[in-house]
This record gives sequence, C-alpha cells and structure tokens, in this order.
Amino acid sequence: MFKEAIGKRSSGVKNVVERGAVKKFAESIGDLHPIFVDEEFAKTTRYKKNIAPPTFPRVFDYGVIDELDLPAKGLIHGEQKYHYKRPLLVGEEIICYQEVEEYYEKQGKLGNMGFLVLKQYGETLSEELIFTAEQVVIINETVRKVMSI
Amino acid sequence: MSRLLRCHVGEELPIVTLPPVSRLDLIKYAGASGDYNPIHTVDDEAKKAALPAIIAHGMWTMGNLAKLFTPYHEEGFIQDYQIRFRGMVFLGDIITLKARLTEENVQYSTFKVNAVNQNGVDVIKGIVTFAKYKDNEGSS
Repeated sequence: MFKEAIGKRSSGVKNVVERGAVKKFAESIGDLHPIFVDEEFAKTTRYKKNIAPPTFPRVFDYGVIDELDLPAKGLIHGEQKYHYKRPLLVGEEIICYQEVEEYYEKQGKLGNMGFLVLKQYGETLSEELIFTAEQVVIINETVRKVMSI
Repeated sequence: MSRLLRCHVGEELPIVTLPPVSRLDLIKYAGASGDYNPIHTVDDEAKKAALPAIIAHGMWTMGNLAKLFTPYHEEGFIQDYQIRFRGMVFLGDIITLKARLTEENVQYSTFKVNAVNQNGVDVIKGIVTFAKYKDNEGSS
C-alpha cells in the first residue's frame, strides 16, 4: 500500500508566512528574538524583514496525496531534515507540496517496522525553491496489522 | 555579535537549559504548529497509545534546539538541519540544548547538536550546517 504510493505527489497549496503565526510559533519554542517578531528591528538587518524560525514550515499546508492513506494514530516521527536556500521572510507567499519519496521495512525491537519518507517542498510564486523538508515516519507492526498491509 | 565566526572546532556554543517541560508548553506548541495529536496533551489518549504519559512533540524540542543559532542571524543562516528523534520527553523533564562546532570552512560551519534530558540521555541528536555570508568575514 505504501510502496505503490512512492513518487505520488500532492497539488501545490499557497501558504503565507503570516506575521501572527510566526510570532505564536516563536513564542511556543521560547525564541521571541526581535529578528522574528519586531518589524522595526528587522529593518536594521540584512533581510530588511522579519524571518521565520527554521522549523516553522511545520505549520504549512502541503496538500493531500490522494493515494496515501495514513492512520490517524500510532505513527512515530523518526527523523526530520530541513534544507534552506535562504530563510523564509514574514509576509511572503509560498507554494507547498509533498511527495512520497521512499517506503521500506526493517526488523526492529518492536517487530517489523515500516519506514515512510515524505518530502516536502516550498517554492516562491515564481517557482524558485526556498526549502525542502524530509520526514521519516515509522509505522509499527500493530498499526500495520490493523490496516492489513 | 560575531561570536559564532570566532568559535573554534571542538568548542561549544553557549549551552541553554530549559525550564521543566510543562503541559502549557505543549498546549502552546500544539496550537502554534497545528499538531493536535492528543498524545501530546491528553493523558488518557497517551495511555491508550501505550505511552507511560503524555510526551512532548519531537518538533517542539527540535524547534527549541534551533534557537542556539538565532543570535547569529547576521552572520549566516541554518542551511541544513537534520535530527533523529531518539528518546521521549515527558512533563517535568529538564532539557539541555547543545551545539559543538565540528568542521569549518569559508562557506560553512558544521555543528553536532543534541538535546539531553536530566538523566544525560539524548532525546534528539543531529547536525546543523550554518551557511556563512561572505561579507561578514572580518567584521566584528
């Protein structure tokens, strides 16, 4: 079921690096630095604008991959990667989409585990790639039995 | 300002120890990130998922760890940030954030980063590649 999904991709969704959302996010990770939240301070920096923390893309909508039916419970986040061309600027619009990059199984302590690699992309409206994110989701044997896969 | 550029291989950035993890921390992160998986906020749901208690979002810890680099935003930016989630974080845990410079050249500073709990166990571990702006060379 997951193997067949490899290479499947969602349609792009337009997201805004919204000022209020960046502030709320920065606060939630205890990083209320003026580079994220103070508009006047930002004008004195090389970016001239506030930027978003590197893990902020967690909040974006990447669209739905139709062929991928993930269980609501029992998933473990194993790994996370971000790659940036430059920081995200507050106020800019980003087109986000995701694809199933890989699926494999390995025998582990908790039985036969499934490893699903999802890759996410963020581009400007002129299709310039700003960041990619990659997450490894671990699906344990119990969950896979329930899904009968 | 330019402390990161003066950091030598083997040295650590200033260490940050977080206050004990509170339920409110996780409720705030759920709201800010949109990750409302109840294993992070509702005791019964964590138990139903066979967890000993509610656990922090791994991404909450990863988000916190990145702040070691925020003071250096004029020198460069985090170009690559990769993390393995290795242990669970529970309410009351005291997490310490660390970054050690392992490699350096004109373009990049590479750090081994980790977040450790009060028992000395790594809860997350990974690598940050900090891309340096060229025009920052030699500035203070």
